[in-house]
Amino acid sequence: MNEEAKGMAKEIVAEKPALLRGEPWMDILWDLFCPGCQIPMVARIIAESFEELGIGDKAIMVGAVGCTGILIASFNIDRVSPAHGRGPDVATALKRIHPETTVFTVQGDGDCIAIGAGPFLGALTRGEKITIIMVNNTNFGTTGGQLGPTTLLGQVTTTTPRGREPSSEGYPVHTAELAATFKGVAYSARGSLHTPAEFRRTKKYVKTAFQRQLDGVGLSFVEIITACPVNWHLTPVKALEWIGEEVIREFPLGEFKNVTSIE
Amino acid sequence: MTERFLAEGNEAVAWGAISAGCNCFFGYPITPQNEIIELFARELPKRGGVFVQAQCETATINMLYGAAAAGVRAMTSTSSPGWALMQEGTSDIASANLPCVVVLVQRVGPGVQRVEHAQMDYNSVTKGGVGGFKNIALAPASVQETHDLMQLAFHLADKYRHPVVVVTDGLMGHVVEPLELKTLDFGPLPDKDWAVKGAGKHEDGKYREIGPSYHPLKDGTYLAYLEAFREKYRAMDSELRYEEYRMEDANLILVAYGYCGRVAAEVVDMARERGLKAGLLRLITLWPFPHQIIGDKAAQGCKFLAVEDCMGGLMVDDVRMAACGKGEVHLADITFRHSPAEDGMIMPGKVLEEVKRLL
Repeated sequence: MNEEAKGMAKEIVAEKPALLRGEPWMDILWDLFCPGCQIPMVARIIAESFEELGIGDKAIMVGAVGCTGILIASFNIDRVSPAHGRGPDVATALKRIHPETTVFTVQGDGDCIAIGAGPFLGALTRGEKITIIMVNNTNFGTTGGQLGPTTLLGQVTTTTPRGREPSSEGYPVHTAELAATFKGVAYSARGSLHTPAEFRRTKKYVKTAFQRQLDGVGLSFVEIITACPVNWHLTPVKALEWIGEEVIREFPLGEFKNVTSIE
Repeated sequence: MTERFLAEGNEAVAWGAISAGCNCFFGYPITPQNEIIELFARELPKRGGVFVQAQCETATINMLYGAAAAGVRAMTSTSSPGWALMQEGTSDIASANLPCVVVLVQRVGPGVQRVEHAQMDYNSVTKGGVGGFKNIALAPASVQETHDLMQLAFHLADKYRHPVVVVTDGLMGHVVEPLELKTLDFGPLPDKDWAVKGAGKHEDGKYREIGPSYHPLKDGTYLAYLEAFREKYRAMDSELRYEEYRMEDANLILVAYGYCGRVAAEVVDMARERGLKAGLLRLITLWPFPHQIIGDKAAQGCKFLAVEDCMGGLMVDDVRMAACGKGEVHLADITFRHSPAEDGMIMPGKVLEEVKRLL
């Protein structure tokens, strides 16, 4: 690298949030994500929100199985890895026992609303004062790109080779809208990361969600649409375009519920 | 000060747990264990504890996983179909080296079946679920013993950082006997400095991490991780507990646990009155299993009669393995019940006939 290039790199590369540093493997982990995967951006949003709210040393993270499962090991905070889909159950116990901590799960769409639909609905029903971050990449990524609960109609996956067909595979699940219908939910929103503006808006959603937990209002939920270029068979840039053109048409962005008290 | 009153087995489960300092319960209604969840629902909130009625048994076991990770004494209880749903969770708890107690009030199977007592889950309790782990399993045979073994269960769970299963059945759960509440002391235990509570609360300021998978950078190889489990299970072997009753000069040893242990003790007395040298080996731990004593007695020419309320015998396989072909092993199973209906029970009469036939 010549001197000029070194100078440029210095300007471009931002330092990772402190919560994503501290152990040697935390850097190695990022190599496990596919090119163009946006899950590391979710980690960044959470870590920055925690630093801004000053709650990193008072938080317990509950992980998941799949691509988001890799994410948990990159956080320098107390954490528990559950079985596939069981995060909200584990988080329920942790929050009830340590109500002064901020307890949250980071789950994929399959983890949250396919295999984990029961734990998710249970936590919504009880209005557990936890935060659930659901990463929606419209497929099962780690296992090689199979049909997920959020797969778009007509979307080709390895288990829907002719595209998702409603007569046999049904329709995409709108998790953020569903969460908003529960009385015990304080906050529900869906964000995306396909433009810098949406990134900033999504970070605001995540920070608000944690604030609702800190205020003890009720369960807070944020669904984040992320690109999965490898399993979508698109280049990273095309994947972002596809989110802007197709995915957000099926999954509209915005806040679906935002209350500061529940009667 | 001790308190003495009449209680049923299911209540003794809850009182024993509370005596052991368990302040955290996760449950889901299922017969015949509902008295346990109902007692915790009454008692824990007023003691500042945590009670959650979950959406299913996969939830209760995973809430238990979370509570165990938080470092508190916690438990769940269920019956056979719920226990089936907990197989994944108990395996994860074992794999994550977490302490907890699960109470299994067995009922008739296979499948959902009906709600009456039976002893049909021996294999899934003692042989473990996914991935070949093992559970310490304690099997009380009275209300007082239920209360006492609950406290031992929490001690052993903390000692080994491992799930402990207390195995009763619909009959043991509902039998009413005197119960004396007392706190038992089993000795000191290590601090739970591994528990999660927020990194800021740890003295070293470092985060804690709990999960059901080995950590390549902390545990070394996968094999090294498994070898640590093997050592743990070897250490658990020392927790073997059983009761010998009139075994000294016996030519036939009945092997039984739970309510069948009580029935078998009566059979032994009846046989002795008739001059027949029968004895009883009552299992208190289902695992570890008393292989040594059965093997020694078999080598001396003893016969064995496994008495268990299940179809075709489950525990009897362990008796056969321990006898190692040196002593005859016979079985009194569910066909020895006094009634063909689902609420029948093994009574001494039929078993005594079998003892007479064998001696």
